[in-house]
Amino acid sequence: MLTAILAFGGLAVILGIALGAASVRFKVEGDPLVEQIDALLPQTQCGQCGYPGCRPYAEAIAGEQAEINQCPPGGEDGILALAELLGREPLPLNPENGVADDIKTLAVIDEDRCIGCTLCIQACPVDAIVGANKLMHTVIESECTGCELCVPPCPVDCIDMVPVATTISSWKWSPPEQEPT
Amino acid sequence: MFGLFKSGRSGQSGFHGGLTLPGHKLHGEAGRIRPAPLPDKVILPLSQHIGAPTRALVKVGERVLRGQLIADSDSFIAAPVHASISGTVVEIAPCAVPHASGLAAMAIVIESDHADEGLPTPDWPATEDPFSLDAQTLRERVRRAGLVGLGGAAFPSSVKLNPGSSANVNTLILNGIECEPYISCDAALMQEHADAVIAGAELIRRVLGAQECLIGLEDNAPEAAAALRQAINQADYGDIEIRVVPTRYPQGGEKQLIQALTGKEVPREGLPLDIGIVVHNVGTVAAIWRAIRYAQPLISRIVTVNGPGIRQPQNLEVRLGTPVAELIAHCGGYTQTPRLIMGGPMMGFALSSDAVPVVKATNCILVEVAQAEPADTTLPCIRCGECVDVCPANLLPQQLYWQARAKAFDKAQELDLFDCIECGCCAQVCPSNIPLVQYYRYAKTEIYQAEKEKRKADIARNRHEFRQQRLEAEAREKEEARRRKREALKQKKQTPAAAPASAKTTPANDAIAAAIAKAKAEKARRLAQEPASAASAQPDAISAAIAKAQAQKAQRLAADSGKADPAARTDQVAAAIAKARAARTASATAEAAADPVAPGAAAKRKADRASTTTDPVAAAIAKARAAKQAASASGDTAEAVAPAGPAAGKQDAVAAAIAQAKAARKPTPESASKPHAKTPDPVAAAIAKAKAAKAAREKPS
Repeated sequence: MLTAILAFGGLAVILGIALGAASVRFKVEGDPLVEQIDALLPQTQCGQCGYPGCRPYAEAIAGEQAEINQCPPGGEDGILALAELLGREPLPLNPENGVADDIKTLAVIDEDRCIGCTLCIQACPVDAIVGANKLMHTVIESECTGCELCVPPCPVDCIDMVPVATTISSWKWSPPEQEPT
Repeated sequence: MFGLFKSGRSGQSGFHGGLTLPGHKLHGEAGRIRPAPLPDKVILPLSQHIGAPTRALVKVGERVLRGQLIADSDSFIAAPVHASISGTVVEIAPCAVPHASGLAAMAIVIESDHADEGLPTPDWPATEDPFSLDAQTLRERVRRAGLVGLGGAAFPSSVKLNPGSSANVNTLILNGIECEPYISCDAALMQEHADAVIAGAELIRRVLGAQECLIGLEDNAPEAAAALRQAINQADYGDIEIRVVPTRYPQGGEKQLIQALTGKEVPREGLPLDIGIVVHNVGTVAAIWRAIRYAQPLISRIVTVNGPGIRQPQNLEVRLGTPVAELIAHCGGYTQTPRLIMGGPMMGFALSSDAVPVVKATNCILVEVAQAEPADTTLPCIRCGECVDVCPANLLPQQLYWQARAKAFDKAQELDLFDCIECGCCAQVCPSNIPLVQYYRYAKTEIYQAEKEKRKADIARNRHEFRQQRLEAEAREKEEARRRKREALKQKKQTPAAAPASAKTTPANDAIAAAIAKAKAEKARRLAQEPASAASAQPDAISAAIAKAQAQKAQRLAADSGKADPAARTDQVAAAIAKARAARTASATAEAAADPVAPGAAAKRKADRASTTTDPVAAAIAKARAAKQAASASGDTAEAVAPAGPAAGKQDAVAAAIAQAKAARKPTPESASKPHAKTPDPVAAAIAKAKAAKAAREKPS
């Protein structure tokens, strides 16, 4: 009886120490699932999902507070990727969040009409607009994600979303017409 | 089509698979190199190579001479462009260029003046004895000559001549194999300019420090082999060996050639350099020799115009940028409705029109006859495995096809899709006529673009996170400023009576310096907060940052001069007390402060001078200092204060300048712990400037 108690007590102490050590040694910083979801999101930071940016939406998905079909820029491919990662059923894109647009657009400021109010600079989630108070603003083309958040604040409507033209470096071969299988 | 070709796949040395294709080459007199007539205009695309596109160095309307540098790039992997004729630049605009997409790209268009006037002095000197030049000079000149691989890939040659200090090159291989049907420009070159090929080979061999040099030829070009042998015998160079191998497609592929000549295999996703081998096309080698020996930049190349749809097929020496239509006209025109292909029938791509120019990579213009009815209909894959047998890269074309078709690009990548050289053997033997190569190209470009977008998304994520951090820091800073102000107010209410008493006990220097700092910080904060309603949050942060930097500097000064009481550095109570006292004495002895008391006046002058850069702040300093002078004039610390005044003024001006420079460099010095290279400097500078102007406007009122 005493031997059994001692044996199990000793075992409990040893395992307790081992578990404690392991929890320190293999501590997981943050939620890796959020990182994985965030990596699949398009990083447009447009907020169409109802969250202020891609990462908050990723956190909401990881916390099962949001569905995976609220990201219009990610489109169908994005939803499928999320479904595969999370083992959930793919859903059609929620029309409340907007419609998927295959044509990629970028913001372009009509510099003659810009009055330099800095409102678009404050709206841009990725600091892709440069300019100063009462001075002309412009969009850094390579940094613009096409989120359209700068369009509504502009008091003189000088920002247009312009489709990105295909160049030789961004051109893709089209798939052949599929033959019967 | 399948029956036309017999696949040669069993019992052969060298690479796996491959095909034996009918040659259709130009031999003998028909293959002789003839100069093409000078074009009326040339179209020179800014990007004729693999790597960064070049930037035009000329303007529309400018006259250029043959061989003049007209476009260059700062990038390492790039090749400059030279004018191939003399004339006037008439356009720098998107033009139709030879590319599978048929899209336009930036090009410089030069209209000929038919004088063909060369540069009076070349950009680099012609060299009698190129072998005396060191490797660095040679690489530099090869780059300036705009040389790229002329076999079709157009990779900048200077990069390939620079294997790096760690690399050990044993073997230089010259690729004289034109495995595709119809093309014979390299064979013609070797036949007629064998000496240039051999001399260039020796030059490159020395640059690379390679022991052996092999020239790979196929047995369908005996004249070229004979000419090269003769040139080797005449020249007195080191060991250059010609290896003739049986004709088999795609032996001209770099990896296949290495395997055929040496038996070595280039590792998966590796470079020939990894096994100590560098491969150059014979045309490139001859061009390198001409560039070094005769100081000729790359302005022309040999192009084969051949095919069933052209009247007089021939090899032409063509100025770069010549429109294809001019070559066709020179070759007697089309026989029937043509289908133009740049490159060979296996790996070439269809041209959208004959208006496109000849570029550095153009080895052949193939004129096929357009088919009235569509090609054989595509049938389902029957999994016969023919494609696997002929694949020279040892891949599984059928599996790649299924994965690409199902858009399972990651699985296609696992099957080494990127080792596919797009030779077209699999599609050639496919009994179901499936356009296999198009599937692979489609999958490859999809993967490339997805990777590109991924990189862009990563940048966007970083920028967004940085912005969030910055906004949080700004909010924290504002909250902190408000809190400090509240505390100061509270203490001011509590301790006005205690001020004179404590002034006697506190070392005057510390307290006064702290008071200056405090006053400056207060003033700057007030200024920062006032325009907050009208302007953006950024200027506030900047002026607050300036004030903070100045306050820190002043506090440091205070600490330095008052080592007796180190607590004064952080003692907010003492600062507040001192401030209260200073304010009171200032109001009480306003006239005394304005009086020409020598040190006080000096401090004031200093402040005035400083005001050109930091107006409000300097004014605050001056005011505080004047008050201090007045207070000390009656006290026993006058001697100590008098020299400290001007000195502090100077230091403050310096501190202000530093803070301003900092502000100009970074919009938010507080969050500068995580440097953000993407933030444009001029923006911060502009905002700071605007802010200063605004403050100056507010000051008089």
